[in-house]
Amino acid sequence: MGMRKVAVIGAGMTKFVRRAQETPKELSWGAARMALETADLTLDDVDAVCVGTAPDAFDSVHMNGEYLSDGAGAWRKPYMRSYVGGGTGVFAPIQGWYHVASGLFDLVLVVAEEKMSSFYPHAQAAFLTIFDHTTERPLKPNLLWIFALEMNRYMQTYGISKEDIARVSVQHKRNAADHPCALLGDADITVQDVLNSEVLAWPVQRLDVSPVSDGAVAVILAAEHIAKRVTDKPVWIEGVGWCLDTAYWTNRDLAYPRYVESAARMAYEMAGIREPRKEIHIAEPYDPFDYKALHHLEGLQLADRGQAPRLYIDGIAARDGNMPVCPSGGLLGVGNPIAAAGLMKIAELFWQLRGEAGDRQVPGSPRRGLAQAWGDLMQVGTVVIMGR
Amino acid sequence: MTSKIKMFPGTPLSEEDFTEGNVLFNVDQMRGDFAWDTGVAIGAYLAALKEGMLLGARCATCRRTVVPPRLVCEWCFRPMVDYVPLQDTGTVNTFSLCYVTWDVQRIKEPEIPAVIEIDGASPLHGIMHKIGEVEPEKVHIGMRVKAVWRPPSDRVGAITDILHFKPIEEV
Repeated sequence: MGMRKVAVIGAGMTKFVRRAQETPKELSWGAARMALETADLTLDDVDAVCVGTAPDAFDSVHMNGEYLSDGAGAWRKPYMRSYVGGGTGVFAPIQGWYHVASGLFDLVLVVAEEKMSSFYPHAQAAFLTIFDHTTERPLKPNLLWIFALEMNRYMQTYGISKEDIARVSVQHKRNAADHPCALLGDADITVQDVLNSEVLAWPVQRLDVSPVSDGAVAVILAAEHIAKRVTDKPVWIEGVGWCLDTAYWTNRDLAYPRYVESAARMAYEMAGIREPRKEIHIAEPYDPFDYKALHHLEGLQLADRGQAPRLYIDGIAARDGNMPVCPSGGLLGVGNPIAAAGLMKIAELFWQLRGEAGDRQVPGSPRRGLAQAWGDLMQVGTVVIMGR
Repeated sequence: MTSKIKMFPGTPLSEEDFTEGNVLFNVDQMRGDFAWDTGVAIGAYLAALKEGMLLGARCATCRRTVVPPRLVCEWCFRPMVDYVPLQDTGTVNTFSLCYVTWDVQRIKEPEIPAVIEIDGASPLHGIMHKIGEVEPEKVHIGMRVKAVWRPPSDRVGAITDILHFKPIEEV
């Protein structure tokens, strides 16, 4: 297709915290600076900047992209902000990828930031506006509804138990105990802890949910000739895909995310992957709720429909299993500053595939990984495949 | 790299930092009033609700009946001109027992949001609404329900003209 090869050559992130002292700009700068410094680059080397950040309603800043631009190092450079709801964190690097793959730019800085704690009393209220203002909002819905409704439908369709779903939360939070930036890492959490936690919107309980968080992540993308000069361990972006389903979410199958399947098939085809279950060595599916990781693994074709819980029961998804899932700790463990959480998965694959993930390192020199995010009104899937 | 980095940026604050004045902060409110035009399709839907009827739209090309009605079929991108009355009964596709409000206040008696597949619409085609007049533990997927309407004089042409859906007595 005449596209240039694109590599990730640097990554940086802030701690994910419940409430950060730093402003969104300051968080962005922290992550961007770490990405540049660890790649031995300066802002002068950057041709263009891409920023991802989710709803403006969180910090009540209109044109949040422009607000963040100095912290993201964007002034006097070509600059774009992308937004596809929760899918933003994995879409921003796709945007960066086509900036470079097209031949337009050689080196692009991608920054994703979210500060959710500014919203009082709770950021959940900021989500009210995602529902249709005429046909749904008069019912006074809250964000938990759609997750609870989808989770219940998923459980019922395939006969999946709460206990099987709780294993996801347990494994991700245990993995996060090894992440230096994690908000909710817990090496000792058990399935019983999840099942005994407060019921918010049955079947969703407190420990089924990722925490509201503040944080930022940055990665640097480079064309092949630059990447090979700058590092001896480039991690290539081998495939990208994204897809949007209908916003009439009550008019479609809630048990299976077809839009994730479409995004994954686009990425697999680009990467030349025919048997994803053998060829993907690390999966970082989007896990704002524990059942979502399962739902997405099925959409990604990494498990048969209704069979994703087996990956956890059989230990395949464990950090030392055949296909580790969320070795980072995921959103459930590291935290969920929306756009930053998606880009965290890209950074995790970068570190894992370079063998630099420290205590979280997946054994066996993994060669290829997949990161996926999801968002809008349960309708968008974004997928990136990376390999070395 | 994370194995080499000792210090990550980011400074966590606690609620006490605010209550004890350890950090400065400013407080503001965003206020916005809006009036949304309901448009052609949803306008017809709301007018029908005022008459005590649920309205759908049929796409002759895709052979499906959707609810709420819309001006264009999102799959074949042809106009949807065929508006059809649906039943005010349906089947619970999924539900939740919700113990928190939209701003995360705790409530004792759960709200019961549900997706209800409306009779007369295509399979898996429904609307979001609430279930009422039922013991929460008796609600189940597949349960048959019927709309409970406001009295005609109280209807304003809104989704809340249906108070909730209640179980259909099984005879």
